[in-house]
Order: sequence, then C-alpha cells, then structure tokens
Amino acid sequence: MKIHEYQAKQLFAEGGIPVPSGRVATGPMEALQIAEEINKPVMVKAQVHVGGRGKAGGIKYAENAEAAKVLAHSILGMDIKGLTVKKVLITEAEDIISEAYVGIILDRVTKRPVVMVSPAGGVDIEEVARKTPQKIFKLAVDPVIGLKPWQARNLAFKLYRDINQVREATDIIMKLYDVFWKVDASLVEINPLITNTAAKVIALDAKINIDDNALYRRKNIEAMRDLDAEVPEEIQAREADLSYVKLDGNIGCMVNGAGLAMATMDLVKRYGGEPANFLDIGGSSSPEKVIAALRIILSDPNVRAILINIFGGITRCDDVATGIVAAFKELKPEIPVVVRLTGTNEEAAQKILRSINLPSADTLDKVVKKAIELAGLE
Amino acid sequence: MSIFINRKTSLIVQGITGRDGSFHTEQMKKYGTNVVGGVTPGKGGGKVAGLPVFDTVEEAVAKTKANTSVIYVPPPYAVDAIYEAVSAGIKTVVCITEGVPANDMMKVYPFVKENGARLIGPNCPGLISVDQCKVGIMPSNIVKKGGVGVVSRSGTLTYEAIWALTVAGMGQTTCIGIGGDQVIGTNFIDCLEAFQADPATKAIVMIGEIGGSDEEDAAAYIKKHVTKPVVAFIAGQTAPPGKRMGHAGAIIAGGSGTAKEKIAALNKVGVPVAGSPIEIPAVLNDLIKSGRKTAPKKAAVKKTTAKKPKAKEAAAKKTVTKEVSGLKKAASPRATKKTKK
Repeated sequence: MKIHEYQAKQLFAEGGIPVPSGRVATGPMEALQIAEEINKPVMVKAQVHVGGRGKAGGIKYAENAEAAKVLAHSILGMDIKGLTVKKVLITEAEDIISEAYVGIILDRVTKRPVVMVSPAGGVDIEEVARKTPQKIFKLAVDPVIGLKPWQARNLAFKLYRDINQVREATDIIMKLYDVFWKVDASLVEINPLITNTAAKVIALDAKINIDDNALYRRKNIEAMRDLDAEVPEEIQAREADLSYVKLDGNIGCMVNGAGLAMATMDLVKRYGGEPANFLDIGGSSSPEKVIAALRIILSDPNVRAILINIFGGITRCDDVATGIVAAFKELKPEIPVVVRLTGTNEEAAQKILRSINLPSADTLDKVVKKAIELAGLE
Repeated sequence: MSIFINRKTSLIVQGITGRDGSFHTEQMKKYGTNVVGGVTPGKGGGKVAGLPVFDTVEEAVAKTKANTSVIYVPPPYAVDAIYEAVSAGIKTVVCITEGVPANDMMKVYPFVKENGARLIGPNCPGLISVDQCKVGIMPSNIVKKGGVGVVSRSGTLTYEAIWALTVAGMGQTTCIGIGGDQVIGTNFIDCLEAFQADPATKAIVMIGEIGGSDEEDAAAYIKKHVTKPVVAFIAGQTAPPGKRMGHAGAIIAGGSGTAKEKIAALNKVGVPVAGSPIEIPAVLNDLIKSGRKTAPKKAAVKKTTAKKPKAKEAAAKKTVTKEVSGLKKAASPRATKKTKK
C-alpha cells in the first residue's frame, strides 16, 4: 500500500525524524490559512502516489500566503502521470545547501532490510544506480540483531564530513530503521535528505510503501489509504476479496491463481487480443465471488469478450460452474463469455454450464483463442 | 527418488482441525503420505482423519517422531508456527499460508537456517514426490511418475504445466511450489541443486513470474552447476510496472523484475523459455533431442528405475561436449546482486 508524502512525514515525525513543519490542504483557502500559520515562505507540493512531481510542475515555491493560495489553486486538479491532484502539502520552505539520499528496502536476495545512502540526493536513485553506482553505499542489516549505531555512522560518514551532521544523520538512519519495522514497510525513503542554512539535517521528502500483508496489524496505517487515488474497480475487488488490476484492453479475464492469471493475459496478447484486466478469484469457488468478479469485468466498457479460465485442483469446477450460472442470471451479460473448466468435477461442471448454452473450450490456448474470435478481433 | 520429501517423510499437520487443515490431511493421507498426527492448541487428545491431535508441536514430535510439518494456519499465527516447528526439531516445514508479513519472514528465515531446517513457502501449494508423498494441496490426479522435476512460484499455473507434461507422457519426480511471496524459505537455486543431485530427475522445468531476481540468479547457477536439461516458462509479460499481480512477490519495481529480463537471462545460459505452459513438453523434447545439455555420466548409468519415455541419452552423448559434472554438492553460491527495488 502506498501513502502520501504528508502521511509518511507524519510517521517519520512520530519516529523522531526531523521534517519541515506543514499540513495538507484540499482547497486554496485552506492552503492560505496553513501558509499564514507557518508565516514563512512555503512549498506547495502535490500529493500524488508518483515520482517526478516537481518536473510535472506539481511542486512550487510560494513567497507568501497569498502566493500559496494561488499556487494551490493551480496545482489542485492538475493531472500528474494520470493521477489527479486532490491534496497539496503546504510546508515550510527550506534553503537547501546539500542533498543526499537515504533509504531502506526489503531485499529479496539477502532476505534482509538493506540501508542505502548516497551523496547524490534529490535525483532519481535508479538513475544514480545506473550511471554512478559507485555513489551508492549499501548495508544489509541482520534483521535479528538490528542496526547498530556504528553501522549507521559508517554510512553517515559517506554523506557528511562535519561531525555534527554525521551525528544527526546517524540518528536519522537509526530512527528510519525503527520506522521501517514499526510500520511494516517494504520501503522507506528520504530523498532528498538535506542540510539547510542552519546546518541542520532534515528529511525534505518522505516515501513509505507498506507491506499489504501486514495491514491486518497496522489498522492506523490502513486508515491512511487514499481511496481517491485508487481505481474504483480495484477498490470493489478488494472489498470482494478478489485480486484485480485494471488494464487497457478488450478481453476480460477471470482466472483462479495469480500465476495462471498472468499467463492467461500473456496468451491473450500473444494471440492478438489485449487483456482488459488481471483477476484472480483465488481458490474458493463461491458464487458470490464469481458474481462480483463478473460484475467488475463487465463494468469496463472496453471489454468485448470475457474468458473464464479455471484449473480446478482443490477448487471444484462444478462449484465454479454454479457460480457462473448464478452470475449470468443476475447480470445478464450481453458480450460473449467463453469458459474453460479443467480439473476436479469438470464433467459435472460442463453439465451445469450447458443449461445456459455457454461456449466452452477445454485447454488454456483454446479458451484464449475462442475469446479473441468471439470478440471479433482476429 | 525425489527431492525434499519421500517415503521416509513423517508428517504432522499444524492447524489440523481447521477447515483447510482437516480437508487436506484427508487428501494427503489418501495419496499415501505418512501423516502421523497434527497440532491445534486446545484440541489435543482429539482425532482428525483417525490421527491424533496434540496441543503442541513439541508433544507431537515426542509422540510421533515426525520429521516434517505442513502449516495451514492463518497469517497472524503462521510464522509463530514455523518457529514452533523448527524449535521442536522438525527439519522440513512447508507453509501453505498466504498473507504472511514479509518482515516476519526476514526474521524467521535465519532461524530456520541456523537450525539446519528447510522452510518451503510461504504462500505455496507445497510439493509432491510422485507415488511417494504429498505435502500440501497439489492435486494428485494430474501427476504421473517420471523423470522431470518441476519447480514453480505459482499454484494453478504449475498444475497447468504438470498436466501438460503428464498428457505428453513426461512424468515427474517431484513437483514443488516455492511460493509467490518476496521472502521465501526455498528459492529456485535450492531446488535446482537438489534436482541436479537427484539421480531420478533427468530434466527440470522452472516456472517463474515477474518480480525479484530469483530467475536471473537461477540462470547464473544453471550455467555453472546444472548439466541436466532445463526449460522454463515465465508469466507476466503483459504485467504493468508497479502493480502487484496477486502474489506479494509479483511486482515490477524500479523497472526491474520484468518477464523480458528473466527470459533473456535464461535464454543466455541455454534455457529455452516456452511461449505457453502447454508448449513446455515440446520445448523440453526439442532441447533433449538437440543434446545441448546431457545428464552427467554417473546418473546416466542408473538407467534402471524411473520411466523415461523421452530417454535419448545414447544419441545425445555422442554429439556434445559435456559440461563438467556438477554432481558434487556445490556450496550453493547465490549470485550476489546489487539490490533492485
């Protein structure tokens, strides 16, 4: 789960990491008020879940509260990489003397949290990794022992020479490590970590990605979910306990199993169609789930045919068939639907499907090709 | 023969009285797995499928001498179940549970390793050593005994591939699902190493997907240590970047972990990648015929046992320079890679 900069800064602040003061506004008048409270020049920063906000014109300097109001007005409603700006962070502007990068990421290879620092801050860290990898310093931390101050200090020495700044950075790195565990993050990032004219080390930006699997025990974080920033169908899917990703295509897919769902999408493309979505209905074969899944796929006007691909191991094919029939009765789809049900109780499933005259196929390749044919795409 | 589980496996089921635990206990028993009991705290003294239920893993191990455990326990308790099993001396733990927090996995993984145990999963269907033993939820009616080892990050996609092999007459030794999460107990390399060392396994099928670098690491390992023919399938060529595709570990992050990169890495070391799971048997047959990789001499001698409808070692031998046999258990070197986001 992603959270906004202002939310990440809140979590950083709770963890003792210095961040500039500021609050979020959803309208120009609110922006004005906040800027007046701060009573100093401010930055008006679009709050959207993408990088490159600055380049897109979503981060601006405001000399005074009136300027903040005007800028908030122009940034709110802006489209940045397909996302609409609905909130702006009004935050005290800092004079930037230097910019560094500090981040902690779950590393799948070492199976450890890896702390990464770089004196090349304020730019895309992946660019730095590509062009000047020697400017990145990493440490894989033993998750059982934890991060020791000497380790954090070694990294801080890569960023600063002034011992006061080294100490401040060391402290920030230690606290960032604590935040990583405390919120069940898969990524925490400060880019840039700046020094200002008062020679203080401050986190000017904040990014946190939360492990979805941990949300059950981080209810306060789950409450930070920004439904405005999510695709409505994806919200519906989550509520129906379905795994769904909307794409730009014309063949709707309903599959049991994430890997099989991805492979099915890939085959759609291979045979000349465009997958409209990823959807994994999981192992259960409940009619409610099938109905919910079909409803979500049907809500996409670009879909010209739907394929249902079920390889039933533990999932019983006849249960899924019952669900499909129920879904048809309730939703009465007008576009072609083709079904492939292989596995446990497949014969019983075929009988059930015959009652609604549904086209079927018996292999993965055939169901994909049939769907494309029915959509009139070959 | 097989990898990781076999006729000597003595299995307890953690979460045996739950809906999934009890159902799959019956299924595993039906297959012939030596299931000796199960654990559900508070239900000790009861029976499931005619098997004794214990309150603790410690007691279960003491009374049954189990060496393997399978976990059907909800996410908030699954990692604790792993710690409990390993602490009680279980040497192979298979965790079926989907939804385990990754940070918990980072902590339990070194614990498992230090205790000389093997964790498979989480978020996996388990494994099946054909005609010997099944630990997990893989359907037993799709497998057939033979010489192909199958290792996969998926569930039903694995079944699709296994079924295609079975229909083509290419039976399997062990089929193992390593799971769809970012931090898992057993990776591709662990399985490749075991398949390479298993005399009954003559060829290997690897099923990967987007996210992480396990397939790339495996490719580097194959180049150095695997002499048996390997064929792969990678799911997710049409996956958009930055989106989690069902599995917690199926995400293209920071531009890396794409299917394209994985396919390229595998092709580079001579592992052909099928365009569809159904094409796997044909691609494998072609690879074996072309003789680019051959089974090491030692294994070739043991032609007695496993059914091998595709045995063409004699023909293959005269064509190609064999690579140095990797049969000596290589200290599995993980390709050290720069962190990818």
